[in-house]
Amino acid sequence: MTAENRTVVVTGIGAFTPLGGDAATTWENLVAGRSGVSALTEEWAADLPVRIAARTAVEPGEILPRPLARKLDRSAQFALIAAREAWADAGFETPATDESSKLAPERLGAVIASGIGGVTTLLDQYDVLKEKGSRKVSPHTVPMLMPNSPAANVGLEVGARAGVHTPVSACASGAEAIGYAIEMIRSGRADVVVAGGTEAAIHPLPIAAFANMMAMSKNNDDPERASRPYDKARDGFVLGEGAGVVVLESVEHAEARGARIYCEAVGQGLSSDAHHIAQPEPTGAGVARALADLFDRNALDKAEIVHVNAHATSTPQGDTAELKALRKELGEHLDHIAVSATKSMTGHLLGGAGGIETVATVLALYHRVAPPTINVDELDDDIDADIVREARPLPGEGRIAALNNSFGFGGHNVVLAFRTR
Amino acid sequence: MAKDKDEVLAGLAEIVNEIAGIPAEDVELDKSFTDDLDVDSLSMVEVVVAAEERFDVKIPDDEVKNLKTVGDAVDYILTNAAA
Repeated sequence: MTAENRTVVVTGIGAFTPLGGDAATTWENLVAGRSGVSALTEEWAADLPVRIAARTAVEPGEILPRPLARKLDRSAQFALIAAREAWADAGFETPATDESSKLAPERLGAVIASGIGGVTTLLDQYDVLKEKGSRKVSPHTVPMLMPNSPAANVGLEVGARAGVHTPVSACASGAEAIGYAIEMIRSGRADVVVAGGTEAAIHPLPIAAFANMMAMSKNNDDPERASRPYDKARDGFVLGEGAGVVVLESVEHAEARGARIYCEAVGQGLSSDAHHIAQPEPTGAGVARALADLFDRNALDKAEIVHVNAHATSTPQGDTAELKALRKELGEHLDHIAVSATKSMTGHLLGGAGGIETVATVLALYHRVAPPTINVDELDDDIDADIVREARPLPGEGRIAALNNSFGFGGHNVVLAFRTR
Repeated sequence: MAKDKDEVLAGLAEIVNEIAGIPAEDVELDKSFTDDLDVDSLSMVEVVVAAEERFDVKIPDDEVKNLKTVGDAVDYILTNAAA
């Protein structure tokens, strides 16, 4: 077997989301169809056109000791908590040593992405600069706000020495991180990689900016019903925050240490639109090319795909363009595929989306259950796919596969594929 | 405002506790900030800025490298704080 076709598996999962402080609670609430969106009651939100968001269910300060938390941007706090859960879930100890984990740090990587980086740190420290002067600006500001900070801190935590990376592609960042991690293992650079996405951008500036792009739902009076992918009345995304992290491992390494294997991480498909800086390509051509790339470069049987965790953010244009692409590349297979938009419950975590949605996709395969898309009162006219509206079982026998789509401002398209073993 | 050694030590201990999480009672005169109290070079800047505000003293950047122990910092503050 050449290094290029090493098989990659998922052996650990962690999530810190609007639906729970861990992966199990998040999954339970996803399957139950609960919304993590609520009203923003802070004073700063009073004059904003958008006053709803999906805050994490647990405050990270309740988990991390204060001296550590104060040196980490909120996005890195989320990533660290989720990574610790995934790491322990995979059966490793912290920090990694040869003895405790049968793992050489030189064969261990970390790839954690965020779409916007430490934006709240940047803006808070700018307030400090203006109000209290330059001497009071925290010396931790740069290591806190740099977009690679979550990856670097997770890498420090587990002792990763094969490489620590942070791909940045807006709302595709988390998925791109996981795709990059899969390639690290496939190509032989690493045996184990901690990978995922995180975001903490609930602050008046990003909210005002996204709202002025006409990208966000303004359904302030009914927060839990605001994120409604595929529904006729959808009017934009709801901003969420949190992190999702997985431990990826070569199958040889996982089997040698007797690890529990959730599923195989088959590979990724990538493309870019070259269409518009922020708008989705309306025919879905770019997304279709990413799907084609996935099938070109990976031995994946379309007939085995039974579930798609869609990007579907609840914007009028994006949701339908994605389905057109799925139809183009999957043809009649799409009729037998359960399509779920979990952003209806979690909101849109931007660079964190690929992380938590990968966790959701892995658990959907592992439990053989597709989570629902909530708030679909009336399916939009041009929705030509089987949208899951109540959690439902996936085929209980045989090998099944699932896709997780993520797209980002800039025209980035990432499709990740997973399948049972 | 005259300050005494115990008062400055107690104040520094509170600052180190806030920044590094070390119990205040462990912040003693002979302890090294970096080796004993988990205060790295970045956190030391925070300690210095907090001490400047609390004790009404200026601690120039050039001086910070000489403040290896808690005792060094207490002595500097007692010598240089505005009287």
